[in-house]
Amino acid sequence: MCTVCGCETDHHYDHDHHREEPRAGQRLTVEEDILGRNNRIAARNRALFAGKGVFVLNLVSSPGSGKTTLLERTLADLAGRHRCAVVEGDQQTDNDAVRIAATGVPVKQVNTGAGCHLDAHMICHAVEGFDLDGLDLLFIENVGNLVCPAAFDLGEAHKVVVLSVTEGEDKPLKYPQMFHNSDVMLLNKTDLLPHLDFDVARCREMARRVNPGITIFELSARTGEGMGAWYGWLAARVGKR
Amino acid sequence: MHELSLTQNIVEICERAAAGRNVLSVTLEIGELSGVMPDAVEFCFEACAHGTVLESASLRIEQVGGLGRCNGCGAETAVKSWFDPCRECGGYGLEIVRGEELRVKELEVA
Ligand SMILES: Nc1nc2c(ncn2[C@@H]2O[C@H](COP(=O)(O)OP(=O)(O)OP(=O)(O)O)[C@@H](O)[C@H]2O)c(=O)[nH]1
Ligand SMILES: [Mg+2]
Ligand SMILES: [Zn+2]
Repeated sequence: MCTVCGCETDHHYDHDHHREEPRAGQRLTVEEDILGRNNRIAARNRALFAGKGVFVLNLVSSPGSGKTTLLERTLADLAGRHRCAVVEGDQQTDNDAVRIAATGVPVKQVNTGAGCHLDAHMICHAVEGFDLDGLDLLFIENVGNLVCPAAFDLGEAHKVVVLSVTEGEDKPLKYPQMFHNSDVMLLNKTDLLPHLDFDVARCREMARRVNPGITIFELSARTGEGMGAWYGWLAARVGKR
Repeated sequence: MHELSLTQNIVEICERAAAGRNVLSVTLEIGELSGVMPDAVEFCFEACAHGTVLESASLRIEQVGGLGRCNGCGAETAVKSWFDPCRECGGYGLEIVRGEELRVKELEVA
């Protein structure tokens, strides 16, 4: 049981709907969402972040698209502008947390072990050590996986999907749920475009087919090219409740 | 393989609802756009149910087909994916009105 956040890890919370006492051979109508528990905790996280005025982004992508590199540059460039913190999700190691810590920003590593995604309960505990009152922006780097994290709301304001140009332009159609559920797509490693036959226009078109409203930035976390527009998008939202 | 953690949730929901009775069968609704593979849930169910009141329960999975509504013209289209176009106007970005379900529908208890 989880006493700190009051989340329902025990088996006796109330349901909104009525439930009869079971009798022998009886059919019980349950109609309960399998993700209900995660969604309830996510809603509580969201309310907490809104109350504290923290803008929270959930960074999702396949392994190696450049999430940590992107964060390292973003944190360095935003130092003094926004007060940031990071939650790092990986199955194993604290390598990414060590990289983030080098930027001087508070970071909490969550290891999911066999788990392929972060869930709302992990986030609820991961942020316990942060002074949320003193934060403007919280980045959550999810486990590198274009499938599973799509289904798990963490209480973020937006999912931001990072796609690198080395992965092929058809990823939005191959992993549509992730691109559908993300509000922003960061097309990373554009410095490599001259060496590839990646078709940026086609990639944008496919992302828009899955999600017409998606906001797309082309950038290189390596060279810094295109990062300004991303910072502008952040600045327009940070601090707004 | 988030089917494993989902199946753990399924077992928890059923245990609560069964309130100590043995469960004979479990019926799930899984939408075709939920991103969850029924086969994988079946595979995980046996392991997750072991040692619980669901140990000998049979698992029934009802798949729910996808349905999207066009923001442009209002037509409804049966969809297999997130990027199927509207059958009337060809527009993309249908609002999914059915097919994302992940629900424990009912139980049969002994
Ligand atoms: N050329 C180029 N390489 C990049 C860029 N961004 C990241 N990389 C490289 O891509 C590799 C993976 O980068 P990471 O930042 O560790 O990727 P990640 O998404 O955090 O990886 P996981 O956390 O393991 O999923 C590293 O070798 C980076 O140096 C970029 O914009 N251009
Ligand atoms: Mg990383
Ligand atoms: Zn239409």
